[in-house]
Amino acid sequence: MSNPQQLRYSKEHEWLTAAEDGVATVGITEHAANALGDVVFVQLPAVGDTVTAGESCGELESTKSVSDLYAPVTGEITEINEDVVDDPSLVNSAPFEGGWLFKVRATDEPGDLLSADEYTAFTAG
Amino acid sequence: MSSTDSAGLRLTALDALHRALGATMTDFAGWDMPLRYGSERDEHVAVRTRAGLFDLSHMGEITVTGPQAAELLDHALVGNIASVGVGRARYTMICRADGGILDDLIVYRLAGTEYLVVANASNAQVVLDALRERSAGFDAEVRDDRDAYALIAVQGPESPGILKALTDADLDGLKYYAGLPGTVAGVPALIARTGYTGEDGFELFVKPEHAVRLWQALTEAGAPVGLVPCGLSCRDTLRLEAGMPLYGHELSTELTPFDAGLGRVVKFEKEGDFVGREALAEAAARAEQNPPRVLVGLVAEGRRVPRAGFAVVADGEVIGEVTSGAPSPTLGRPIAMAYVDTAYSAPGTAGVGVDIRGSHEPYEVVPLPFYKRQK
Repeated sequence: MSNPQQLRYSKEHEWLTAAEDGVATVGITEHAANALGDVVFVQLPAVGDTVTAGESCGELESTKSVSDLYAPVTGEITEINEDVVDDPSLVNSAPFEGGWLFKVRATDEPGDLLSADEYTAFTAG
Repeated sequence: MSSTDSAGLRLTALDALHRALGATMTDFAGWDMPLRYGSERDEHVAVRTRAGLFDLSHMGEITVTGPQAAELLDHALVGNIASVGVGRARYTMICRADGGILDDLIVYRLAGTEYLVVANASNAQVVLDALRERSAGFDAEVRDDRDAYALIAVQGPESPGILKALTDADLDGLKYYAGLPGTVAGVPALIARTGYTGEDGFELFVKPEHAVRLWQALTEAGAPVGLVPCGLSCRDTLRLEAGMPLYGHELSTELTPFDAGLGRVVKFEKEGDFVGREALAEAAARAEQNPPRVLVGLVAEGRRVPRAGFAVVADGEVIGEVTSGAPSPTLGRPIAMAYVDTAYSAPGTAGVGVDIRGSHEPYEVVPLPFYKRQK
């Protein structure tokens, strides 16, 4: 699997795009999706919620387990992906595309976000 | 001897094959086993509609032989093992003197004085120790055959056709819960019509050195009808839909077979005394008159998944506990098995929910199983 170069990554296995008009798109990585197995339910923050980097803002439920969804940056949720709420399998089939989870207007970001190459090395170890 | 990896996990004879297939592996009772190869949901659906191939070599085989093999097993287990015909199998249990369940088992009668006892991987040593201890005074030998067998299962509606292409054995004459020695894909095998999926299917006990050859032959024979390799993840959702108990979840030493709704496996009418008889007779009376909790099925109205250990609630009170839960591919909704207070055990009981991380999600009480195949 390859992690798109243009994205940045958290150690909690979220990816985010470069901000466009201040808004970044967030999802979970293919590595995380594969580790979870078939995702059957996603609970996302609501539009207007403020999320905090490194803190839980939702959950992803798979056949075998439930995992917290962590916010990679601090900010306000501007949009959630209704398609993935209706069809959580998008997280598995297209984690970097149609399986995106939410958009956030970031006000602060942690200093330890990773580049694609750094994240690839992080998950290889 | 079976091999182990660097983490000390035991590896089956098919280990290299699983890795070549890209399996996600998991530690199951000290064995490194395939959890899934791709999508566990797709594997589940394949077994329900076509066929799936499983490596179950972690299961614990114990051979009991000798003139008093039947008498020993009738004493050590709760079932009537002497009444099992040669070539037939029986689902049974081994209990402690206090009636607590040590394990659930399948016992195959291979010959008049030879039985194959198949225990859960997690309990195989316990069962072996108990059988040896209980064999004192019987003219019978208890042999640890865990390393003598690999176990491959082919399950699903297409499985008879797949197997027929690889054996001359009389599969049509092989009934559910029967087993016969034969040759499959050129290797000697005990061919058993048993499984843990709720589908028609077969379990093939072979020597470990023959496992790769058999697996590959089944893969090739099954490819045209959509057979796929399947991991333990879908095995769990398949057995849950079929309402089959899993040791450590629905069964434990804290429960008797009667508490688990499986009192029918205890045969008081058999000859001779057996371990647990007195306690089990009391448990039977208690279950009849005043059952504490009853095993029921629960179907979610929402999409959040109940897990083992979650509380079942009604009227703001805890009235039970989930023992197994998963999203059901067949029903399209989360399902669970749970022990609940008798007052809430009737199908359709209103106001029952599961506490999922603090939120009481509504659940419908339903009879088990959730799924029964059309014959």
